[in-house]
Amino acid sequence: MAIIERPSTEVAVPGTPTVVKPSEALGVFKRPAATSSWKDWLVTVDHKKLGIMYGVAAFFFFIVGGLEAVLIRLQLMGPEGKVLSADQYNQMFTMHATTMVFLFVMPMAAAFANYFVPLQIGARDVAFPRINAFGFWCFLFGGIFLNTSWFLGGAADGGWFMYAPNSSTLFSPTHGIDFWVLGLQITGIASLTGSINLIVTILNMRAPGMKLMRMPIFTWMVLVVQFLLLFAIPVITVALFLLSFQRSFDATFFDVAAGADPLLWQHLFWIFGHPEVYILILPSFGIVSEIIPVFSKKPLFGYPIVALSGAAIGFVGWGVWAHHMFASGLGPVSVAVFSLATMAIAVPTGVKIVNWVMTMWGGKLTFATPMLFAIGLVVQFTIGGLSGVTHSVAPSDTQQTDTYYIVAHFHYVLFGGAIFGLFAGFYYWWPKMFRKQLNETLGKWNFWLMVVGMNMTFGPMHILGLQGQPRRMQVWTEARAGEGFFNLGFWNMIASLGSLILSLGILFFIINVVYTHKSKKVAIAPLDPWDARSLEWMTANPPVEHNFDSIPTIDHLDEFFHRKYEQDPNTHEIKQVASAEEVLADMNAHPDEHIHMPSRSYWPILVALALPIICYGLIYNRMLMAVGAAFLLLTMFGWAMEPATAPDDDFDPPASGEDGGHTKELAPLG
Amino acid sequence: MSTATETVTHESTEHGESHGASDKQYIVIALILAVLTAIEVSTYYVDFGPLFLPTLFVLMIVKFVIVVSYFMHLKFDNKLFSYLFYSGLILAVSVYVGALATFKFFLS
Amino acid sequence: MADTAVAHGADHGAHHTSTGLSNNKLGMWIFLGSECLLFGGLISTYMLYKGRVGEGPQPDQIYDIPFTSVSSFVLLMSSLTMVLAVSAAHRNDDRNTNLWLTVTAILGATFVGGQVYEFTAFYREGLGFTTSLFGSSFYTLTGFHGVHVTVGIIMLMALVGMVRRNRIPGSKAETVEMIGLYWHFVDIVWIVIFTLVYLIPA
Repeated sequence: MAIIERPSTEVAVPGTPTVVKPSEALGVFKRPAATSSWKDWLVTVDHKKLGIMYGVAAFFFFIVGGLEAVLIRLQLMGPEGKVLSADQYNQMFTMHATTMVFLFVMPMAAAFANYFVPLQIGARDVAFPRINAFGFWCFLFGGIFLNTSWFLGGAADGGWFMYAPNSSTLFSPTHGIDFWVLGLQITGIASLTGSINLIVTILNMRAPGMKLMRMPIFTWMVLVVQFLLLFAIPVITVALFLLSFQRSFDATFFDVAAGADPLLWQHLFWIFGHPEVYILILPSFGIVSEIIPVFSKKPLFGYPIVALSGAAIGFVGWGVWAHHMFASGLGPVSVAVFSLATMAIAVPTGVKIVNWVMTMWGGKLTFATPMLFAIGLVVQFTIGGLSGVTHSVAPSDTQQTDTYYIVAHFHYVLFGGAIFGLFAGFYYWWPKMFRKQLNETLGKWNFWLMVVGMNMTFGPMHILGLQGQPRRMQVWTEARAGEGFFNLGFWNMIASLGSLILSLGILFFIINVVYTHKSKKVAIAPLDPWDARSLEWMTANPPVEHNFDSIPTIDHLDEFFHRKYEQDPNTHEIKQVASAEEVLADMNAHPDEHIHMPSRSYWPILVALALPIICYGLIYNRMLMAVGAAFLLLTMFGWAMEPATAPDDDFDPPASGEDGGHTKELAPLG
Repeated sequence: MSTATETVTHESTEHGESHGASDKQYIVIALILAVLTAIEVSTYYVDFGPLFLPTLFVLMIVKFVIVVSYFMHLKFDNKLFSYLFYSGLILAVSVYVGALATFKFFLS
Repeated sequence: MADTAVAHGADHGAHHTSTGLSNNKLGMWIFLGSECLLFGGLISTYMLYKGRVGEGPQPDQIYDIPFTSVSSFVLLMSSLTMVLAVSAAHRNDDRNTNLWLTVTAILGATFVGGQVYEFTAFYREGLGFTTSLFGSSFYTLTGFHGVHVTVGIIMLMALVGMVRRNRIPGSKAETVEMIGLYWHFVDIVWIVIFTLVYLIPA
């Protein structure tokens, strides 16, 4: 799994960076060479390209999940809705949630993490680039595999938490849940390998001088998320195996007649599921922690506290899972313990809110679209967090659980929180990735339509829930809708209209992207359009393949800011001493002499391809499964054999006598 | 600015102490493990009374720690490895013991 | 994160990394940390269900402790041979590296063979995968472990081939050590399983 480097066949020209290209003499088959065609994307191991691929795929699934949501809302818009039958409705809410959680938010966060973490820490790529590519293809193939269930007898219909024994073949005989189980196993492999990759990258590949407490805060949050993934994915893996063994091989794990306890599934699922919600929100917390300081022209208030509270949330998050099970018959002692733990976790989250607000306080605020979305997160996540605190009180949760009040809570934190954070990231980082800034006017339309739409959709759900509308309810009738202010029909209609406004808002985003890139009038963005603070802005637009001509040495938190601005020691005035262009030119004046980059490879996509083949075989034809397994074995051997005899790993020190940037790659610990 | 110029050590350099033990010491450790296993197995034949469970647990943990510390080198390697591995282990034990506790598993 | 000192030469083959530690080794330890959660889940499921035998046999009726003790001993000794392989690799002694790797693989295969024999015996005595909760969780737990051992054997054999043809990318000793870590982990999981599943009857 080491990064493979071939001996260079080029002569180093002093003064210019030498990018070492792989020689072609070694290996089982010829290794793919660089090309600018679409094929390059199939064999790339470049973290930036992979980030873009994650982003495009995730956005596609966002639209899919959004359409599923709109269908749900259309069904509930009027009394006795005829848009979806009960069976279709079950599939719709199951797939909506599954798609949004596993195929949109998680991979979109991965897109940002992949693109920006190496840049933010001053690295040239991640620790295991081929595994990175493999992870992407696993996600893509797993997501596609999961969605083919729509056309193959029906999608999963047990709810995204798939409670057993309701999810057994007795109650759900189509293959939908088998597709769900196996699809999530495949995407789980992507998450697990990605987490190992990013943890090693962040711990091991920081630029010289970049101590952990000098890392950009987004990278900190990503690091915490990777640890959560690392430890949470295996737990759902166990649950998924138990369920698939029951469904496919008649194991008895959730067979109550055989003495099984249905709570086993719930524990396993929620031990994963609770850390999972922190996995969903922390990257967005990281994004807005980057944006708010830039648009307040102030450093992040309490950076160490923000970093450590993220870690605290990650840690305490393991102790609260059974708050999803308050009404399941756990017994008063368990309920009390988990209720208290859940109240505790509000503290580090609240700390972050305080830090963001204090960053803005006294700052010179500008309200470009990234900042609007960031503030949107702060406000809306707070609302969602407050309803969350009410859930932590077990007696009141007993009324709230399984009602629309819960639906309101998690959509406020997930849509108003996580998704608004991702949109903030889109607008903030777009010029760095794609050389153009998204249009501000369209951006404001995008933002405000989303705010109005979101609050109109999910605000009324607090009322609906407390008035007794249960979750997963397929249809409502006038007779039972109640009267006056709390008429359920009225608020359902408002919510459905809100969802249409929300969809319009998202459409404005798509229009913005198309306009920005199609219009001849939009200028190329400057290097540093927002006057940012962190290292990823100290690159070209977009960054060159090797990221940095010379790896910078880091002397401060917010290193980029400190290279542009200095504080006068007498007057304490902060003055600009260099523009972004000057900083970059200065850095590139002495490029590293030997830049070793990881080589392209077709093994990641091939190994990933074996997995859905095995899974289709498991569902339909055991022979196909054997073929898939053989293919897996062969492609894994091919990967391991690549290349033949390169004696040096990438990033190894050069032989003595060569100097250049290499001794600078070791950062002191701390 | 990093001023350290690391001397890169190659595989042929002797790393006696950083690799923990010599081959002979490994064999001794393996013999200790074998003896501990024998004691474990003896609980099947000999009645340990109330010491049955504690003995087995202690032996299991001791064997576990010996293999991890010596064979897997954790005792001699950078502490970061220990933190990473043991945090996973402690998290696993805590979370699963917690779940089993809600099933009143330890009250029988 | 902990402040740890960079020990010069403590990890030969380590590139310039911020911690001074090798990417591969760090990656493997992190992976093993996550595997604790995997096996923990399977073990907990077994512990919950081991007493639910329905009409089928009970654990103490079916286990053959002497037999399993022997195969546990075999696996334990394979950890010794693995460590000797790593030691040989550090000395750049390809011949002995391959010798000990092969012995380790053979011992591992013996263990797996023993498991297969044990499973077929249990099956004949009435404990199938679907017989009871005890059966399902026993076979799932030990089966997962057996699959991990088998994957380990395949990796060992691949390693032998690659050492022989000098086709290991990167540091040979480090790769052998990394595979060794995986192998030892599989062994320590068995140490836990042997006690919790076999020696403590339901």
